[in-house]
Amino acid sequence: MTYDAQVAERLEAEFAEIQARYPQPRSALLPMLHLVQSVDGYVSPDGIELCAMSLGLTPAEVSAVATFYTQFRRTPGGTYNLGVCTTALCAIMGGDAIFERLAQYLGIGDGGTTPDGLFTLERVECNAACDYAPVVMANWEFFDCQTPTSATALVDGLRAGQDVAPTRGPVRLRTFTEVARTLAGFDDGLAGEGPSAGAPSLAGRDVARDQGWQAPAADQRGRKGAR
Amino acid sequence: MSELTPVLTARWGMPDSWRLETYRRDGGYQALAKALTMEPSALVDEIKASGLRGRGGAGFPAGMKWSFLPKPDGGPRYLVVNADESEPGTCKDVPLMMADPHLLVEGIAITAYAIGCDHAFVYLRGEVVHAYRRLMGAVEEAKAAGLLGQDILGSGWGLELTVHAGAGAYICGEETALLESLEGKRGQPRLKPPFPAVAGLYARPTVVNNVETIASVPGIVARGVEWFTAMGTERSKGHGIFSLSGHVTRPGQYEAPFGITLRELLTMAGGIRAGHELKFWTPGGSSTPLFTAEHLDVPLDYEQVAAAGSMLGTRAIQIFDDTTCVVRATARWMEFYAHESCGKCTPCREGTMWLWGTVLAIQEGRGKPEDLDILADIPASIVGKAFCPLGDGAPSALTSSMRYFRSEYEDHIHLGGCPFDPAASILLEEVAL
Ligand SMILES: Cc1cc2nc3c(=O)[nH]c(=O)nc-3n(C[C@H](O)[C@H](O)[C@H](O)COP(=O)(O)O)c2cc1C
Ligand code: SF4
Repeated sequence: MTYDAQVAERLEAEFAEIQARYPQPRSALLPMLHLVQSVDGYVSPDGIELCAMSLGLTPAEVSAVATFYTQFRRTPGGTYNLGVCTTALCAIMGGDAIFERLAQYLGIGDGGTTPDGLFTLERVECNAACDYAPVVMANWEFFDCQTPTSATALVDGLRAGQDVAPTRGPVRLRTFTEVARTLAGFDDGLAGEGPSAGAPSLAGRDVARDQGWQAPAADQRGRKGAR
Repeated sequence: MSELTPVLTARWGMPDSWRLETYRRDGGYQALAKALTMEPSALVDEIKASGLRGRGGAGFPAGMKWSFLPKPDGGPRYLVVNADESEPGTCKDVPLMMADPHLLVEGIAITAYAIGCDHAFVYLRGEVVHAYRRLMGAVEEAKAAGLLGQDILGSGWGLELTVHAGAGAYICGEETALLESLEGKRGQPRLKPPFPAVAGLYARPTVVNNVETIASVPGIVARGVEWFTAMGTERSKGHGIFSLSGHVTRPGQYEAPFGITLRELLTMAGGIRAGHELKFWTPGGSSTPLFTAEHLDVPLDYEQVAAAGSMLGTRAIQIFDDTTCVVRATARWMEFYAHESCGKCTPCREGTMWLWGTVLAIQEGRGKPEDLDILADIPASIVGKAFCPLGDGAPSALTSSMRYFRSEYEDHIHLGGCPFDPAASILLEEVAL
């Protein structure tokens, strides 16, 4: 193992913290792997070994788990993971065009990383934001209702070192490793940032308000009494 | 004419909607206080009487599921909330957790109390980090206010709630795969029976319910069974979120009684994209057979959608207009299943690859007339032979699109290419920045 003693010690302490959230320690494995990514930027051989030691598993058993999940990188990647949704709906609404433009703009293909280490580009599957199609996920934050131009503008902003705000997320996009630490369950204090919802989430509520529609009133006299 | 009934979505637009203070000001956690004065079994009976059905796709009655737990034996029992939301088209649970996480936390507390659970989990897909932050924040706020943790509201009963982020895998939405994943393993489905109610998380009795199901519980407890059953149809009671996406003027979340029709929803959503007509739509996500304009008046409840040849699923209504190549959409859905098949059983692992490869070849103009026979045959080798419902649902879009649009497949083969212009389907205009 090539972790220096301090890093290994901190990781082990945080592994223990994660394990304490569960009745059985092995349940902590996915968050532990997120934590490894927060240190190494991918699921490194060292990280696998440390997870295995911590849980009394073999490195092969840990690898078998890590390779099952798409969020775990097998090789180092960019500071910003750009995931363009190209499942059917987003693809047709413009996701394919966005992916093509980004691939050309960055000079990389699906899964590729730019030589400066800033961007990894991926096609991702449906990310539960279809009413905001087409969607780009940057480090698992929502960039809603995108076009090829808005997507390249996102790249430009990040390249220039500017603060870039997801549509529904914190006011400043964090790096891949910072987000990986959040996904390991360590509070980053950003829950209070960003909107409660975007316009599509509120579309039905707006219609109801304009029409004066509401859910029926509560039972006035309990179950038996009403009607 | 149906009207919308915002219940779960009612607070989403409020400033700081995700905070405890906002939730409490609107009556939040009063249902929990009421529940804690009731017998757990009375709560289970109440949810049974409400007819609340699971909102994660299959529509199984929630109260009945809870009542299947074996009698307490002194060991742990678990509640696991399914927040994996990954079925293409489904986009209701994530905005709920972002905007109103306390509604879910309150539902979890009531449900856990009802089933005798003192450690509950939310399994959230890992690709939605801001929803994770909001949930973690809500748990911390609730703990600090004595609404989670020990001796909740002075009842003597306590609950621990762990919010867990997955790491990307559609199959982890299937409840037994989810439990495997939550145990730190590859997310591959388990053989049923035993069902999770008997042997779930750590082989202990476990209830798995969808986010929207659990979020519906506080309303029923606070406002009553009659209030809930006043909405909906004979066997599909209550309110549900209908998610409209695609070629529609105002895509979004529309919370309505079960039994509303797409024609009604479209009126509210401003209709199909200007200048175009509806071509096909999914009533409940990509695993449910496609519908067309002839189904605009099908009441959207479990029974009537099934009678019309599809499934209500998660009410994930993906809408495509006349510019859309149905073969292209289908090819992409088949790619999804090939990518997401967990590989455990041969019919699905091999079958989904064949479906994808064959449809893609046709769409790209490499198809042969025999391919249509292959496509007609493969689904029979998957459906009913797969280990879990992912395989059973995988060919739905293909089978139904061949039923309604067979000539389009033939055209691709004869023309040696796709007759549609993909640029015409693109939703958003380029804006100069
Ligand atoms: C492939 C597959 C994916 C699924 N994904 C989800 C999901 O993301 N969320 C969900 O609640 N249920 C999902 N389900 C359904 C669950 O297996 C389970 O029925 C549901 O969580 C039970 O909750 P409910 O009764 O409240 O609906 C999925 C099922 C399959 C077969
Ligand atoms: S049907 Fe597909 S997803 Fe389900 S167990 Fe078989 S291979 Fe896995």
